[in-house]
Amino acid sequence: MRKSTLAFAVLIGLGAGFLWTGLDAVRGDSERAAALEAGARLTRELGLTDLCLFTEARYTRHLSQADWHAPFQDHPMALEHFPSGALVGVPATLRGPH
Amino acid sequence: MFWGRQRYLIDFALSSLWRRKGRHLLLLVVYTLVVAALASVMLFTEALKGEARQLLAGTPEVVIQRMVAGRHDLVPEQYLERIGRVRGVRKKAGRLWGYYYDPTVAANYTLMVPPERHIAEGSVVVGEGIARARGASVGDVLALRSSVGEVFPFRIDAILSAESELVSADLMLVSEVDFRRFFHFPAGHYTDLVLEVANPREVRKVAEKIALALPDSRPILREEILRTYASLFDWREGLVLTALLGAVFAFGIFAWDRAAGLSAEERREIGVLKAVGWETSDVIALKLWEGALVSLCAFLLGYLLAYLHVFTFSAGALTPLLKGWAVLYPQFTLAPQVDLFQLATLFLITVVPYTAAILIPLWQAAVADPDAVMR
Repeated sequence: MRKSTLAFAVLIGLGAGFLWTGLDAVRGDSERAAALEAGARLTRELGLTDLCLFTEARYTRHLSQADWHAPFQDHPMALEHFPSGALVGVPATLRGPH
Repeated sequence: MFWGRQRYLIDFALSSLWRRKGRHLLLLVVYTLVVAALASVMLFTEALKGEARQLLAGTPEVVIQRMVAGRHDLVPEQYLERIGRVRGVRKKAGRLWGYYYDPTVAANYTLMVPPERHIAEGSVVVGEGIARARGASVGDVLALRSSVGEVFPFRIDAILSAESELVSADLMLVSEVDFRRFFHFPAGHYTDLVLEVANPREVRKVAEKIALALPDSRPILREEILRTYASLFDWREGLVLTALLGAVFAFGIFAWDRAAGLSAEERREIGVLKAVGWETSDVIALKLWEGALVSLCAFLLGYLLAYLHVFTFSAGALTPLLKGWAVLYPQFTLAPQVDLFQLATLFLITVVPYTAAILIPLWQAAVADPDAVMR
């Protein structure tokens, strides 16, 4: 077999996988959709404001509710030191004029 | 004719790659890993943003906090009455919630009084994350120490569904009486207030009126909450991306070194090809095919690995970075989301620099006199 034929076969295989990812994303997953709906229902019922991604500090647990000095008020000269504080951007609510 | 010629060039390019297989396989592996790492972060971020958009669509329209000396403070219930006088406010309520640090498992919980669901005194409904951390199930008793050292035994009434873990992993729902007793929370006060505005287009106006009527208040709008999560892992910040940028630069240097410094063997090969009659354009086409085959394989393979990593294996490699010092971390699978713009960006920042790195030295070698190149 010619080497180019083999290379095309590999590329076609990878291309098919690439297309599958697109189809998979468009098709959606009914189980996942039900889970999302359950989460959204609980958010409405309890009036939740934030995702439970970082529970290590109060200002990372409720990012959207953090105040302007939250990361720096644990003690005098405190610096923001939680690892997730380095991962997330400044909340949109704090970007505007105070 | 054209295609036949290109196929021969591809055959030759593959033979040439195979002759130095150790070097090229290493390049392919590094290249694939760089693409996979970048694509994992991109896919994960995009999926989280999508998830946040859908989960937080029903978040309160306006949250009112009270600030005292730059810090959050409890809101007196008289504020509810004063807010009620602002035209446009349809519904208003006080929320009771707070944090509890559980030394047993060194985790932070969010204690909350549900506005509609009835919870009996002494009972508690916990999120799946808490149940997992404490190894507790329905009917078990959770003993928590209050702010004055009193032990409160809470019986677990129910566990919130695992499906909603992304918003509820650390939640602990208790009755209002228990909440106030446990935290010694003063009567007639709330943690914050939530409002519903009759006309959605007037939300900002209503928030402005409230800020004027209650100067120590701070309104947070739903659109701001959604915006916060839309920019959660902003490209400008982000430890992961910064670390990955280092990897991209390292790869850039690696690729440049490999491509820019054509080895003596490669230069001799180009010289021989030209000496036996190959055109400069053929030599360039040959080397471009080599680069294109490596790039395309690495890009497709890296992207596929990233997709499987994020959506099939729940982004296992990124989780430790996201968890930080948190003990409670939700277990969740993300719904696949693919953004074509992001894909194009990924292609541009990985494939184009590599191809560009090949071209210049190749051109220099290809246009040189064969005799000079082979010497």
